[in-house]
Amino acid sequence: MSDAIVRVSDLTKTYAGGLTALRSVSLDIRQGEILALLGPNGAGKTTLISAICGLVTPSSGTVTIGGHDILRDYRAARSLVGLVPQEINLEPFEKVITTVRFSRGLFGKPQNDDHVERVLRQLSLWDKRDTQTKELSGGMKRRVLIAKALSHEPRVLFLDEPTAGVDVELRRDMWDTVRELKALGVTIILTTHYIEEAEELADRIGIIADGEIKLVEDKRALMHRMGQKRLVIELSEPLDTIPEPLAPHGLRLAEGGHALVYTYDKTAGRTGIRRLMVDLEAQDIALSDVRTEESTLEEIFVDLVRKDAA
Amino acid sequence: MNLRATWAIYKFEMARTFRTLLQSVVSPVLSTSLYFVVFGAAIGSRIDEVEGVSYGAFIVPGLIMLSVVVQSVSNAAFGIYFPKFIGTIYELLSAPASFLEITAGYVLAAATKSLAIGIIILVTAFFFVDLTILHPFWMLTFLVLTCFSFSLLGFIVGIWARNFEQLQLVPLLLVTPLIFLGGAFYSVSMLPPVWQTITLFNPVVYLVSGFRWSFFGMADVAIGWSVLAILGFTGLCIAIIGVIFRTGWRIRA
Ligand SMILES: Nc1ncnc2c1ncn2[C@@H]1O[C@H](COP(=O)(O)OP(=O)(O)OP(=O)(O)O)[C@@H](O)[C@H]1O
Ligand SMILES: [Mg+2]
Repeated sequence: MSDAIVRVSDLTKTYAGGLTALRSVSLDIRQGEILALLGPNGAGKTTLISAICGLVTPSSGTVTIGGHDILRDYRAARSLVGLVPQEINLEPFEKVITTVRFSRGLFGKPQNDDHVERVLRQLSLWDKRDTQTKELSGGMKRRVLIAKALSHEPRVLFLDEPTAGVDVELRRDMWDTVRELKALGVTIILTTHYIEEAEELADRIGIIADGEIKLVEDKRALMHRMGQKRLVIELSEPLDTIPEPLAPHGLRLAEGGHALVYTYDKTAGRTGIRRLMVDLEAQDIALSDVRTEESTLEEIFVDLVRKDAA
Repeated sequence: MNLRATWAIYKFEMARTFRTLLQSVVSPVLSTSLYFVVFGAAIGSRIDEVEGVSYGAFIVPGLIMLSVVVQSVSNAAFGIYFPKFIGTIYELLSAPASFLEITAGYVLAAATKSLAIGIIILVTAFFFVDLTILHPFWMLTFLVLTCFSFSLLGFIVGIWARNFEQLQLVPLLLVTPLIFLGGAFYSVSMLPPVWQTITLFNPVVYLVSGFRWSFFGMADVAIGWSVLAILGFTGLCIAIIGVIFRTGWRIRA
């Protein structure tokens, strides 16, 4: 794929203690996309990001960023990347604006107070610019980390659980910020435990479990492909049991007998709905309403991870 | 070259120094003054001149070396240990900067601070004793090189240390004894012959000797050896730091 800005091939990481956190991971991250990485605790999300950004030495495999190898050509590769770590690591006694300026200098960019101001304003930190970071709330600290990462105008931004411990309103703001960055052409990789965050933001979703990428797919295609649909049939008269002749349909009683639930795969040629309707009619069961429900990403996720554990 | 990274680190570290300016400067000046009072005035009045120099003046170069070396090691060690401790080192590791550029920022900042302390102590010394400096250029050269090379050592200590105790260990257990036994307060020629030989294995002897020579023109070892010793020590430290960054020892998983 020619439009990959980050290309990970066969990346393996075994920590000194012998634990293998990444097993031959290959992943292309496309220019300009938002890729959400989902996975349970300890899946290897942070390790993957750390290896790409130079915090962890890969055991084997290669990574290129903008075509530059992260080891051989680390200067060119790293100057494209901004990293917001999962842990809140900040120099406690430093002022917000000083630490953001520091980051810019560290990445070799000339001082540019206009840019720093823009970033701080965008993250609603401008009023706090002269505050020592230890005096900020957790959510503000996280935004300072984002400001530091944005200070040097990266083309690829890694956000490791950017909204962990952030309140609902702030989370929405953060999502807006991420979208704005995307509009500016920044490629964004974020990890999250909130599935609705991935649904809300991502163009593509990757699922990691046990050091392996289980899948990476376009969000809509994923939700469509994996989508199981349910037909919920509400009954005029409640049922105690499902009549024997309906058994082949695999129905489930719900809502205290007031509803029947029929599960089907909408991508299959035959949904079996017509047969079901005919059989219901034959049993003289009266319907008050019908509706359909689609699987959420959450169900898909749990399904994948559980299947893997089994 | 990403010299902006070096500059950013240097500025950041110097700002940290200025935040704690009082304790950075007051304590070494105070402790040195105590040395002057105790060694120079009280004990020194009972000691004859050492090779034509009053004892009070004789100990000045050693005292400056003592402070400068201890300060260099502990400042540089703390400078790099702190980011490791609080986790901000992630940013250094992900930055497009080489080990030389990063090290230079920390080491030059630590060296600047200890150089300033050395000069303050020198100025203080003029209040206590009559002092002439025969070779000011060499005096400054030795001072700068000492600040620089021991800041390099401190940087290594900071990377090596896993906790605050280890951070204190090297200055306390290694550096201070080496300096006390390195002729800071006596001429090596005052020792029994066996000890004179043993002392020659202490690298600090070469430092103190060279530094004292730049004041009074007298030395325990030839001045050339002093210069070589300090350059060799500097080179060794740089080589070790190079290996540390290449392998990521104690900084990168
Ligand atoms: N420095 C380290 N040394 C040894 N093992 C490590 C180290 N860092 C992480 N691990 C192990 O590697 C595995 C993957 O950890 P990682 O932090 O990448 O997971 P994660 O997907 O980011 O989890 P979380 O959602 O909890 O942040 C875990 O089993 C963890 O214990
Ligand atoms: Mg993590």
